[in-house]
Amino acid sequence: MHELSICQALIGQVERVARENEAQRVVSIVVVVGALSGVEPGLLERAYPLAAHGTIAEQAALVVERMPVRVKCRQCAAESDAESNRLLCGECGDWQVDVTAGEELLLRRVEIETALEPVH
Amino acid sequence: MCQDCGCSLGPPAQRAKQPEATQGRPRTEVIEVITAILSENDLTAAHNRSHFDSQKVLALNLMSSPGAGKTSLLESTIHALGDELRIGVIEGDLATENDAERIRACGVPAVQITTGNACHLDAAMVHDAVHELKLADLDVLFIENVGNLVCPASFDLGQHRNITLLSVPEGDDKPAKYPVMFRAADLALITKCDLLAYIEEFKPQRARDALERIGFGGTILELSSRGGPGFDAWLSWLKEEILSHHQRTAKGRTLAPRIQPEGAMLHSAADLPLSR
Repeated sequence: MHELSICQALIGQVERVARENEAQRVVSIVVVVGALSGVEPGLLERAYPLAAHGTIAEQAALVVERMPVRVKCRQCAAESDAESNRLLCGECGDWQVDVTAGEELLLRRVEIETALEPVH
Repeated sequence: MCQDCGCSLGPPAQRAKQPEATQGRPRTEVIEVITAILSENDLTAAHNRSHFDSQKVLALNLMSSPGAGKTSLLESTIHALGDELRIGVIEGDLATENDAERIRACGVPAVQITTGNACHLDAAMVHDAVHELKLADLDVLFIENVGNLVCPASFDLGQHRNITLLSVPEGDDKPAKYPVMFRAADLALITKCDLLAYIEEFKPQRARDALERIGFGGTILELSSRGGPGFDAWLSWLKEEILSHHQRTAKGRTLAPRIQPEGAMLHSAADLPLSR
């Protein structure tokens, strides 16, 4: 259950972005979680309220974009989808492939609410 | 990877667009960020790595399930090379000093980290432990992670190489079941091979095939910590790694292992400039 540690690191990043942009409140957070990242999106979503409690992101919606595994074959150069435990080329079946997507664990976007616009 | 998801840890946060200001109502803004969620851990890990490099210490992260033989491997390694190499150990467990005491009994400095309920070590825990050791007196530092085939793969500690153990009683399909952990390894050790005679179900070739199918590109050794040719091959691997680390640091280079969630540097161990 390292998703709680991941959430705490995520909240730290979001707090930094909120501070730099003078946010009053965080509305939503978009993260990218690859199938090979070692992080389970469902557990991340469940751990999130615990980590966010009492922070500027307490009421923010967490949006998890799942990134499937993609591999590029070193033999035939084809790009294809792959299972996490079967990283083989979908075209020729060779095992010498490079993973081109699916290892991400990223904070992509933060939607914030800033102070009331002053009346001129 | 980056053309698909923009994961290249790009420029700092930028304001995507500024909506028209509305009097008397809060404005909302969307901030495009794209940073690694664990970037703070990664900074601490890089700091640890620069500590290790400045003292020419090779740091190795040992990962496996509980009971796969990490501590036994260290004990045997210390017995075999203790006169030749200066070895230090950081032990990670949820509770007890047991493992550190076993290592100290071999005459080697050991720091125990007890994580409480945490299922993995992180860079900050290792940083605190490193300050209890005299790095200048070491050639190699083993970091024995919490026994767990899942979580430790996601956290860079500042090590140079990852070593994952798979013990014979666990079964030869573990790499297929826990691909993230085994993909993170530079060296896979099939341990307790003295039990192969009793556990017919375990076929080393099947373990090797399973590693190949998850794109494992490192070295695989079959050994028993009680000795034998496989164990000698492990000792040779270790001595060669220490030698190449000295050569690397002399050239002002270092090495970071595969850390699973970090996009850019994953495909092979990355050769990096020394950070100060």
